[in-house]
Amino acid sequence: MRLSYPTNLRIVKVPCTGRVAAIHLLRAIEKGADGVFIAGCMEGDCHYQEGNLRAKKRVTYIRGLLESIGVDRERVAMYNLSAGMGPRFAEIAQEMTDKIRQLGPLVKSTNAGKEVVA
Amino acid sequence: MIMAKPKKAEEIISRVKDFSRVLVAGCKGCVAICEAGGQKEVEVLASAMRIHFSQIGKRIEIDEVSLSRQCDKEYLQELADSIDSYDAVISLACGAGVQFLTEMYGEKPVFPGVDTCFIGVTEEQGVWSERCQACGNCMLGETGGICPITRCSKRMLNGPCGGSENGKCEISLLVGRDVACGWHLIYERLKKLGELERFRRPSEDKDWTASRDGGPRQIIRKDVRP
Ligand code: SF4
Repeated sequence: MRLSYPTNLRIVKVPCTGRVAAIHLLRAIEKGADGVFIAGCMEGDCHYQEGNLRAKKRVTYIRGLLESIGVDRERVAMYNLSAGMGPRFAEIAQEMTDKIRQLGPLVKSTNAGKEVVA
Repeated sequence: MIMAKPKKAEEIISRVKDFSRVLVAGCKGCVAICEAGGQKEVEVLASAMRIHFSQIGKRIEIDEVSLSRQCDKEYLQELADSIDSYDAVISLACGAGVQFLTEMYGEKPVFPGVDTCFIGVTEEQGVWSERCQACGNCMLGETGGICPITRCSKRMLNGPCGGSENGKCEISLLVGRDVACGWHLIYERLKKLGELERFRRPSEDKDWTASRDGGPRQIIRKDVRP
């Protein structure tokens, strides 16, 4: 499809988004990402029944935790899309990057706009 | 086991914000099972703290450790070599662990990372309920295996009060969830066991000195002492 999406995105592949634990989201931020999003399968379409629903719960938990320590909750997000939705992925990547750019770097000295997607 | 729930990260952060090296110490016992103070929770708290401090431009080093237990000296001993390099410790163990750590390393400020709640069971994933108040004088043998001290909100000893309705304790309204009447449960259970006769004789006076009325408790067993 040759779709383009922001180059500052670093993709971490996991077998299922259910594999993404709360600590993984935090570690990404701790190691310098200014935002993280999980791109999971559509709800109801999880090959392992509810991996994406678990990921969603963890995202909600981490968003709350971040907010409580003074970090904008929008830096962590969950999106659902199927493997056949390439254009949507590019769109989400752009959307998330724009959002994070707007929020600016988490730690002022790091490079702005780093992102991780799982 | 002993149930605890995590304290809010901001509360913990406010306690240690003026130190420069902090150790977050988890416990792999009860608090790990109830997902409040095990290794996983240590990792999350420590990471969140690092993010917070680096965001506000504060240099605080935060290390992590998880001990097999914090209620036994031999495991706390594992910290002996490293503890001096920290200004403060956040212990995610239950209150007993926090205190034992404090006793063992007297010079070090130790702060609790969890709220210790009760002795209970895992009813289902993410749901824990109280079952025992450690009264020191177990009467489960007379009450069909259901504890009136714990399950009855008023700790009644000889049957329900007047507030029991349709098997629910009157406390339900106050706490906003259905709480089973302990004595209703005991009645139903004894009926099943064919032991309703139990209600014909009053319970013996309970010796509350075995409970908290006797002050902090201690068990000394000569048979297992060295
Ligand atoms: S309603 Fe039942 S559980 Fe509640 S206080 Fe009365 S006897 Fe105890």
